[in-house]
Amino acid sequence: MIKPNIKLLVLSFLLLISIRPLQSAEMVDPIRVDWSFKGLTGTFDRASLQRGFQVYKEVCASCHSMQYLSYRNLGEPGGPEFSEQEVKAIAASFEIEDGPDSQGEMFTRPGKPSDKFKSPYPNVQAATAANGGAYPPDMSVLVKARKGGANYIYSVLVGYEDPPPGVTLDDGVYYNKYMAGNKIKMPNNLMDGLVEYADGTESTVDQMAKDVTTFLAWAAEPELEERHKTGVKVIIYLVLLTILVYLSMKKIWSRIDTEV
Amino acid sequence: MSENEYTPKSKAARWFNDRLPLLTLGAHLTDYPTPKNLNYWWTFGGILTFCLITQIVTGIVLAMHYVAHADLAFASVEHIMRDVNYGWLIRYIHSNGASMFFLAVYIHIFRSLFYGSYKSPREVIWIIGLMIYLLMMAAAFMGYVLPWGQMSFWGATVITNLFSAIPLVGDSITTWLWGAYSVDNPTLNRFFSLHYLIPFLILGLVVLHIWALHVPGNNNPVGIDIKKPSKDTVPFHPYITIKDAFALLVFMIIFAGFVFFTPNVLGHSDNYIPANPLVTPAHIVPEWYLLPFYAILRSVPDKLGGVILMFSAIFILFVLPWLDTSKVRSAVFRPIYRQFFWILVIDVLMLGYVGAMPAEGIYLVLARVGTIYYFLHFIVVMPVVGYLEKTDPIPMSISEPVLTGGAEPSLARKADDKA
Repeated sequence: MIKPNIKLLVLSFLLLISIRPLQSAEMVDPIRVDWSFKGLTGTFDRASLQRGFQVYKEVCASCHSMQYLSYRNLGEPGGPEFSEQEVKAIAASFEIEDGPDSQGEMFTRPGKPSDKFKSPYPNVQAATAANGGAYPPDMSVLVKARKGGANYIYSVLVGYEDPPPGVTLDDGVYYNKYMAGNKIKMPNNLMDGLVEYADGTESTVDQMAKDVTTFLAWAAEPELEERHKTGVKVIIYLVLLTILVYLSMKKIWSRIDTEV
Repeated sequence: MSENEYTPKSKAARWFNDRLPLLTLGAHLTDYPTPKNLNYWWTFGGILTFCLITQIVTGIVLAMHYVAHADLAFASVEHIMRDVNYGWLIRYIHSNGASMFFLAVYIHIFRSLFYGSYKSPREVIWIIGLMIYLLMMAAAFMGYVLPWGQMSFWGATVITNLFSAIPLVGDSITTWLWGAYSVDNPTLNRFFSLHYLIPFLILGLVVLHIWALHVPGNNNPVGIDIKKPSKDTVPFHPYITIKDAFALLVFMIIFAGFVFFTPNVLGHSDNYIPANPLVTPAHIVPEWYLLPFYAILRSVPDKLGGVILMFSAIFILFVLPWLDTSKVRSAVFRPIYRQFFWILVIDVLMLGYVGAMPAEGIYLVLARVGTIYYFLHFIVVMPVVGYLEKTDPIPMSISEPVLTGGAEPSLARKADDKA
């Protein structure tokens, strides 16, 4: 008695979903990239994460903060996995404000792995003022904070174009194919050969965009690899237990004349 | 063994049980005669209990690390995600757990609607259940505010602003709810306090819900009264416990799929942007499980009218047992009502869908049609169909599906009483 109606239910729902494309016609869908961290067993490409960190450090970090990450995260499993010495060296390359000391004075010292990533500006207002009134968002969870996630971030990075005829842009505003409203206040900072990769990879715009997006995806979800690994184990365990319980149920219910 | 005859075996147990009959209660819950024809739609009570316990346990752990302050809340959630051991797992179980809780409760409610479980003599179970559902919505809404992201802040602003529609005292009430002149730190603090309190109120109501259930006993897919215990019933343990366990495990596999592989798909990406009172998101949308009510709210051009209609959409369910005039409980034997039931399901799904869309054009039209039908279903369809419908023949008992001549459930009941 229920079956034909389920069909009706599914049909009407599909009909509803199908009117969706009428909606956001002006926005261009982000480019779909076959990321290594996609899927049930996806993991990050270690080399890409390390290169991505380099792009972040040399390009993005001059405007964007990443305040929820610590330098120690760079050496933790599931991330770029820099060695302990490398992490210490990276941290020590930043001057971190600390204090107050016993005299009540603030002082600076070389960074330690336990320090949070140093922000380029002291506060949001300073960052906004220094960037023509547009706050460069903190990048710690940026990939999770944008519809389309990693695909969207990558698309924006490679989506700079000359504005189509008829579109005029104010000073400090740039045209981007994938940005909502097509106007972005971040200039196109990537150009071929900008970064000299330590591992010798050719630093094309596309390569740098992919690497830094991979790095940002890890920064937003540093638990991703462990989550995927644990998830597979949990599901296998649950499926086996479900089968055992199902068989027990069948056996118990076989004592009476009712089907279960 | 009936509960009345139960006496503990050991002397010490008897001594204790005479003073506090917990063992008698345990025996009652174990032996509790349950209709043997319950299908899998009946396993959601156990699943919901699991959901509540999961939310309470994960929530208590999260509260150990969370900071309820407008300047620190967002950062404390990131601290949980990054620095607390398995904090990401606990938080994702809690946030997805809310969605799973609502998924289960909607199936539970629609099961009750289909099989007439809200009807005499189970009206009080139904009403307590609705109170639980209301508290669930309050708890979920306040919980969504706690991470203090953009949707947290703006969702809180939209929902609390609804109270300003009340004539004369609306603005005062809204200010009182906020504890400030806008959604701000005092609002976050009280929401955290209430978010911690409500689950325990729910737990109390769940005890009453089950207590009230154990007075008349379970309804069943055939919807007829059965003699308890009889050949139509099985003891709760092991028959129902094992079946509930199986269904719960299947549910947990789906739950784990969300938690481990798409933990953010049911949330909104804007909630990973810290709350900013100066920037309004392009579309403010509540969590999926509140969308049908959001659609009803926005379908009315007048604010007060929208608020009244939205609350009516829930409160009309409280009088449902008296709006339904049919003598037959189960929709299995109600060929006309059955069709309307599925139209209602589609209607609510449609309302949920348009609730997520901008309130304009075709979506607004659909929201209005959906809202009108929602109320028509309860106010017109249920009473009228109950009177006019010719129901299918009803079996005399579960074990002997002998059909009575016509739609005369009292006959079936009488026959059953004699058996």
